[in-house]
Amino acid sequence: MSLLKTEGLGIQFGGLKAVDEFNFEIDKNQLYGLIGPNGAGKTTVFNLLTGVYKPTSGQIMFDGKSLLKMSPTQITQYGIARTFQNIRLFKDMTVLDNVKVGLHHSQNYSLLSAIVHTPKYFKGEEAMEEMALSLLRVFDLEQFAHVKASNLPYGKQRKLEIARALATSPKLLLLDEPAAGMNPTETAELMETIKIVREKFAIAILLIEHDMKLVMGICEKIAVLNFGTVLAFGTPEEIKNNPDVVAAYLGNDE
Amino acid sequence: MKKKQIQQFILSFVIALVIYGALMFAMSAGILDNYWSGILIMACINVVLATSLNLASGYLGQLTLGHAGFMSVGAYVSAILSIYFQMPFIVSLIVGAIAACIIGILIGIPTLRLKGDYLCIITLAFNEIIRVIMLNLNITNGAKGLMGIPMNTDFTTGFMSVAVTIYVIYSIVKSRHGRAIISIREDETASELAGIPTAYYKILAFAISAFFAGLAGGLYAHYMGMLVPKTFDYNKSVEILVMVVLGGLGNLKGSVIAAIVMTILPEYLRAFSEYRMLLYAVVLIAAMIMKEKNVMPRIKAKFAKKRHEEVSEQ
Repeated sequence: MSLLKTEGLGIQFGGLKAVDEFNFEIDKNQLYGLIGPNGAGKTTVFNLLTGVYKPTSGQIMFDGKSLLKMSPTQITQYGIARTFQNIRLFKDMTVLDNVKVGLHHSQNYSLLSAIVHTPKYFKGEEAMEEMALSLLRVFDLEQFAHVKASNLPYGKQRKLEIARALATSPKLLLLDEPAAGMNPTETAELMETIKIVREKFAIAILLIEHDMKLVMGICEKIAVLNFGTVLAFGTPEEIKNNPDVVAAYLGNDE
Repeated sequence: MKKKQIQQFILSFVIALVIYGALMFAMSAGILDNYWSGILIMACINVVLATSLNLASGYLGQLTLGHAGFMSVGAYVSAILSIYFQMPFIVSLIVGAIAACIIGILIGIPTLRLKGDYLCIITLAFNEIIRVIMLNLNITNGAKGLMGIPMNTDFTTGFMSVAVTIYVIYSIVKSRHGRAIISIREDETASELAGIPTAYYKILAFAISAFFAGLAGGLYAHYMGMLVPKTFDYNKSVEILVMVVLGGLGNLKGSVIAAIVMTILPEYLRAFSEYRMLLYAVVLIAAMIMKEKNVMPRIKAKFAKKRHEEVSEQ
């Protein structure tokens, strides 16, 4: 059974159909790539899946439930986490606290027990600290735990954002251009990290990326989006040789 | 972690006790006369106001200009309970604070959808509405003012209120709830998509902030012995906001120091008291231009640099 399934998903801004008839399926533990020229509607798809935008048509089923009536917060709690194209960390908080915000729902001690400092509070805080540190360890960020997030180098900020997303214990992780602005070495490192994440956390990953080497290198399946509609589905090999895709990227020779 | 926190708590407790003891001694020995002990009580009230506003403006990041409104709700409710219902002091203080908290929630639910300037304007309007209501009700005795409030607030109650306020706000900030509140300030969308119920936490922070403003109002009412609505106009709200901005948004220590300084300083500058509002405006603009979150870390950094230079020169 598929983890996420969209049927006829679409959104219209005034007269513009940003995404139209988007049919898509992703299985558990699958690594899926979403590519397309600029303005094709890739980030809009992410915003639809996470509830930031409400679709004007279609259906989103995730893990057997419709996401249409859920708020972004509920969708995150239900198992979809994401990162952003332009990094959106909590800049003035420490690296550790950034991850702890993601872990918010892993503990349930109340406001009162925080004020009175009950044993439940101490236990909860200790558990959160441990979980956060072990997540940071996966991304090799442990030594930066008490550094302000804004003081991290760019590549590490990207990693921290993934760590924060993983802290919400998602079943599906959406990565919006994780390699944007990275040099080839950093990109190669990122590819390794994504592979490790998928194995270690046994989650499905949907990835928007312009770096074809990265997409073709790690994705099992790719969807190509153009002008809000799906142009092609397939394995990296199939996509590479698809004349429509080549035309969308490079134009027709007429 | 637990051990460290408990050690820290005991240390703070001892420091607070020493400060309290020293001031009490100074007052009973006559080193600080009545005039100064009055200023100390006002300083306590201002510290409660500034630290509570810091939760809403500094940690949650919502700039509000209605804090004097919540203060007046607490002040009037507790005063009326004391005068007409002969409630014990502590009870009327707490009920006053709860009343302010409830008003805070009622105001917060519709207004916290707004951001920035709009929230500022709407909270300012709310402040004025409360003031006009107080001016026109019979039970508040309108512009003539509410007289004969038992003057129960002394330095001990003031100091204890400060301790409780700081302790509660600090504990919240250092918990998962506090991190959720701060994450909203940092990036609301990212916070929502990290699974934080942002609407809930905004109202929660606003309500707690209003609660302590109401407590400060109750202390004020029982210190002055009389209340006039004019005290709680927007000038008072601006005054509290200036304390918070001066001390640093999201900095509790800074708020405490700024509130004390801004209580004592005007006493020395009586001759210029008319220019006070002008000065506040200048302070706010200067803070905005410098765009620094707080003054204290900057000064600290400067000193650290100097020391560093001195060491390297040797």
